[in-house]
Amino acid sequence: MHDEIQSLADPLKEANEPSSPVVRFDAATPLVMDCGVVLDSWQIAYQTYGELNAAKSNAVLVCHALTGDQHVASRNPITGKGGWWTAMIGPGKPIDTDRFFVICANVVGGCTGTTGPASTNPETGKPWGLGFPMVTIRDMVRAQAHLVDALGIESLFCVAGGSMGGMQVLEWAASYPARVFSALPLATSAKHSAQNIAFHEVGRQAVMADPDWRGGRYLEEGTRPSKGLSVARMGAHITYLSEPALHRKFGRKLQDREAPTFSFDADFQVESYLRHQGLSFVERFDANSYLYVTRAMDYFDIAADHDGVLAKAFTGTKTRFCVASFTSDWLFPTADSRAVVHALNAAGASVSFVELESDKGHDAFLLEEPNLFATTRGFINAAARARGL
Amino acid sequence: MALSETYTNRIDLKLVAEMVTPGTRVLDVGCGDGALLALLAETRQVDARGIELSREGVAGCVARGLSVIQGDADTDLADYPDDSFDYVILSQTIQATRNPRLVLEHMLRIGRRAIISFPNFGHWRMRSQIFFRGQMPVTDALPYSWWDTPNIHFCTIRDFVTLCEVVGAQKERAVALDAAGGKVGVSAPWWFWNLFGAQAVFLLKRG
Repeated sequence: MHDEIQSLADPLKEANEPSSPVVRFDAATPLVMDCGVVLDSWQIAYQTYGELNAAKSNAVLVCHALTGDQHVASRNPITGKGGWWTAMIGPGKPIDTDRFFVICANVVGGCTGTTGPASTNPETGKPWGLGFPMVTIRDMVRAQAHLVDALGIESLFCVAGGSMGGMQVLEWAASYPARVFSALPLATSAKHSAQNIAFHEVGRQAVMADPDWRGGRYLEEGTRPSKGLSVARMGAHITYLSEPALHRKFGRKLQDREAPTFSFDADFQVESYLRHQGLSFVERFDANSYLYVTRAMDYFDIAADHDGVLAKAFTGTKTRFCVASFTSDWLFPTADSRAVVHALNAAGASVSFVELESDKGHDAFLLEEPNLFATTRGFINAAARARGL
Repeated sequence: MALSETYTNRIDLKLVAEMVTPGTRVLDVGCGDGALLALLAETRQVDARGIELSREGVAGCVARGLSVIQGDADTDLADYPDDSFDYVILSQTIQATRNPRLVLEHMLRIGRRAIISFPNFGHWRMRSQIFFRGQMPVTDALPYSWWDTPNIHFCTIRDFVTLCEVVGAQKERAVALDAAGGKVGVSAPWWFWNLFGAQAVFLLKRG
């Protein structure tokens, strides 16, 4: 146990010197960002699982969600916990690492080794902070495309992800249709809704209201806006669950006590749970990254990039799509997935869609959901047959 | 048709499959567990797509590698562009739709051809149950009581021909099958089909 604690990585160090593989790019391969900034010196941290075949045709790119990272199916060096999608990815799992070469990269704007606000700005030698250019989902995908190039892979067998990961999947299919053989966007949307932008704004304001945020310069000044980021996480976490799931898990049960204390202690289990979620989050995540990545989701609207017509983003696509939503997901409701499916149909794309029954809310895509696994396995296997894998 | 034996025993499905030109684009509306789509993909090499109402049906179809969307024939056909398929198939489903006329019009708009198979409510066994027992027919093929049946718009072969005329659909082929699955005499008059056909399969195009 002691060794385990000793071996935990320092989150600040991980931002620049990740313990996972990293590709560093210079002015020969700049990252051209939607906001107009061109990054001449940037890096992308990633993990891989399984082996790339000789034809380089079995690569699966997994895109992570808002607070995810590249450690999709292996121990996270910062938390010491297992990967965030081990239910889906591994030997014999629906995305089978015995058959496929799985790649997962930290997003641009993130804080676990890909360039973001916690990284050092090479021009100043100090953390980027709010000097970091505003990031979009398309910027994240562009960066991943550079990584895929660097790995010598022309076409990906599949791009998969849920929530913000699903946004990247859709952006991949729209931006690089010839490089995406199959796409698995789960619990996601082609645009961020007003309600979701609103939730994100509450989270960002909580971070910025913390005096220790220091106008974004907390890393230089040796403080951390832990209270603000923790409140942001607590609020967001509620949106990832559902009323039935909260009721089933906690109800009105009290935390380690027989009766209410008539105080603002965490009397209820659900309060204690949320506080724990908030506190453990700030240990591993950079507050400015949270601002940038939530903003990237807010700006996401594929149709807006295609004359307001979503179907135009997918005209002529040969990619095979499988879209799935969950009945109790009120953050990315089924209607959002249906809008994607309608557009894909209008574009004549090969698309499957299923709304899966679950009371676990938005987080269902990360959890043990046998129907999701069966659907994914069937879709992946059929796509693999079509690709001759 | 020997190959198709491994996919289905249902004669109406085989008959539908025979009507489809190989290598075309096909949409099966109400595709159930995907039996017809799988048959078409394997034996006719079509680009096969489906729509299915039930979550279980869709999950099963996707798990066997078919491109199927969870949706409702009554509401979701409107989202498909004109001429996006060579064939739109409605197999044993039209009697369960809320607006059969609208569904048929959408099928003829989306597809260059429409194939519809349906149970004939004018079959003599149906007529005899109403005539002699005075009750709504319940048969092996249509086992529901009137109060819990999904089938809300039954028609006879004659009735269906009337609908084709109303929407201006042109009949390219029409086949009636008897209860044993055999084809009812090709040159037989309509009244004979309407009495002895247990089910019918129509290949239609826009008039």
